[in-house]
Amino acid sequence: MVDIKTTKENDTCRIVVVGEVDASSSIQLDNAIKAAFETEKKIMVDLSGLEYISSAGLGVFVSHLEDIRSGIDLVLFGLSESVLQVFELLGLPQLIQITTTEEEALAKLG
Amino acid sequence: MKVNLAPIVPRIFFALFIVCTFSYYRVKIIKADSVNFIDLLWKIFMTGLVTTVGALAIRFFDYVFASTSLGQNPAMVNLLYHLLIGLIVVFLISTVVVWKRLILYQKSKTLLQLWNFFEYALVFSLVFDLLGNEFKSELYVYALIFVTGFSLVLSLNLKWIAYLNFKQKLKSILFILLSGIYLYHFISTLLAFKQTGLLIFDLYDNVLVVALFIFCLLYTAISVLVTLFNLPTSSVFERKLQEAVDFQKLSQAIPSGQTEEQTYDILLESSMSAVFADAAWLEIRTKEHPDGVFYLREIKHSQISDIKEQIESGLIRDIIRFETTAMIPSNKVIGHVKIQNMKSIMALPVMVKGEQLGSLVLLQEVNDGFNRDLVDIVVTFVNQASISIENFTLLSDALKNERYKVQLKIAQEVQKSLLPEHLTHNDHFGICAFAEAAEEVGGDYYDLLELESDKYGLIIADVSGKGTSAAFHMAQMKGIFHSLALPDVRPVEFFKTANKALSACLEKKSFITASYFWINTLTSEIEFSRAGHVPTYLYSGATGEVQSLEGGGMGLGILRNQDYSKYVESMTVPYSKGDVLLLYTDGIPEAKNQTNQQFDFERLKKSLKKHSTGTPTQIRDGIIAELNEFLDGVKLDDDYTLIVVKFN
Repeated sequence: MVDIKTTKENDTCRIVVVGEVDASSSIQLDNAIKAAFETEKKIMVDLSGLEYISSAGLGVFVSHLEDIRSGIDLVLFGLSESVLQVFELLGLPQLIQITTTEEEALAKLG
Repeated sequence: MKVNLAPIVPRIFFALFIVCTFSYYRVKIIKADSVNFIDLLWKIFMTGLVTTVGALAIRFFDYVFASTSLGQNPAMVNLLYHLLIGLIVVFLISTVVVWKRLILYQKSKTLLQLWNFFEYALVFSLVFDLLGNEFKSELYVYALIFVTGFSLVLSLNLKWIAYLNFKQKLKSILFILLSGIYLYHFISTLLAFKQTGLLIFDLYDNVLVVALFIFCLLYTAISVLVTLFNLPTSSVFERKLQEAVDFQKLSQAIPSGQTEEQTYDILLESSMSAVFADAAWLEIRTKEHPDGVFYLREIKHSQISDIKEQIESGLIRDIIRFETTAMIPSNKVIGHVKIQNMKSIMALPVMVKGEQLGSLVLLQEVNDGFNRDLVDIVVTFVNQASISIENFTLLSDALKNERYKVQLKIAQEVQKSLLPEHLTHNDHFGICAFAEAAEEVGGDYYDLLELESDKYGLIIADVSGKGTSAAFHMAQMKGIFHSLALPDVRPVEFFKTANKALSACLEKKSFITASYFWINTLTSEIEFSRAGHVPTYLYSGATGEVQSLEGGGMGLGILRNQDYSKYVESMTVPYSKGDVLLLYTDGIPEAKNQTNQQFDFERLKKSLKKHSTGTPTQIRDGIIAELNEFLDGVKLDDDYTLIVVKFN
């Protein structure tokens, strides 16, 4: 249901998520994010292909909030309106950097 | 001394005696439901012994008084002779009845017919004897040849011998030989009496008796010879029989409630005995025991390691290292080793559901101790064991699943009791709820408490994820709500405290979204806070518009420190008569139909407007009906809850 690809350009890790993240596919997302957080300092997640995310999928980001506070830069970008609404309702934009475009995301990572 | 009796009279008496004895032994030996051949032969032997001792006593008496007038008295001689006849007839008939049982063991229809003919022939000869034919007369000889022919054919039926083991065969030979000696002794004794020339009734004149003698002698001679020649092959038969028994044991291992360990033991034992292995081991690797559980026979762990090291290539190596994938050709699983005395090795994989569960290794102290035939036998054992083990795991899996189902059913019942059965309220509003979980248990929670008169606390909460873990957190949420929802704890304060409490007990990936409402029926106001939950809708009866009650708010358990208080707000809205408050969880707007379309917030709002004039129950049922119509049979994969409050 979901396709996740991790690539690395310069010092930035890019994770591209395409499809739907529900309870079962959230495990794949968690594995990808966990792996990136172990080795990388700058991570950008391309969610432009994300059609739907369930609460379990959101839990993946929630579980890494502490790592973000401890100095790892994470930026999400390209969220569709409905996906962004889900993030907003939960109050996540106050804790995770979310931008509209890739350029903005790159700028945030510096 | 002259007795004037018609010669037919003693013949009739004799015939009656024979018929009676026959009937007695038929009942006695055939009723005794023993197929133990040795027991039957023992019966012949014992009857023979008793009758022979009797015959010897008669001979002794005869010998002692031979020179006296008593010994030469025809009456005395005939008396002794008749006693002897009695003994002989008893022995002959009991022997014939036993032979009958042995001959008719594993009978066919033709054999049974043949035997019946033989019996008719005996009856015929009995009648023939009544007519009084002289010994060796022409008719007498014909009748004798006729019956002897039958005896010969019948005597070739010796299937029972194959079922004897070596020891039993030796015993049989002994018993039958002794019976033969008895027969010889009887014949010679009869002849001795005949030579006195004083007999008024000569047994040799009876075709029946002579025929029985011939039959018994024939069968005795043939069975002794056959048993004798069968002796060398009996070990092979014994082994085949043992294999069959072992095979049966393996196939019965499961139904009789044996454990897997017992199946492995039986497999090991029967394989070893079938191929005469001197040592063996069986290694079973399961998820619980990845390093293998060993069943050893005459071998030590160190020797196994040595063998594993020694065999560096080929299928045997694959098998003992659990790397088997394909079918095994039987000539590739035998080979050579050199570990202490062991010289030959045979290794077979135990495959269950296409995966190697175990490896069975058999060892022998001689070179080329195993051949393909032996491999085939062990393969049969291994296959049977595999089936048994597979059945065993299937059975235990089924039991486990059944247990889980029962446990989940219990969990479902428990969870149902966590949700309020009745929602208590006053006349100012009506309320009803609907909740359904995607799985047996869910993570949605709602509750209504009367905090004080005219003040009600209404909560809706949704634990992230679904299923059992969500259900546990839902129960925690209920505990927190019931302990923290007090008249002086405003919704925003409630969430701050709840977040602190939940931060300590929620899993890292879990969070809870919730909305908490104070409904004040005195001031007609709703004070509320939202903790990341989907917005609640307030339908205005006056304007017909739907207001989305949002306000800033973060889910519980997301930010697990003091900063949380910065992200939760308190809001107050007034309500009037005819207004409808709609609480729900994200399962409803996110419900998807076959074309992957979401029910979404807009459809929900529209549905609320459409049904807003009804009672709370009608509104709820109307919305659920519309949702079901939209889904058109697609099963929801999230928990969903709907609460309708209508103000009067």
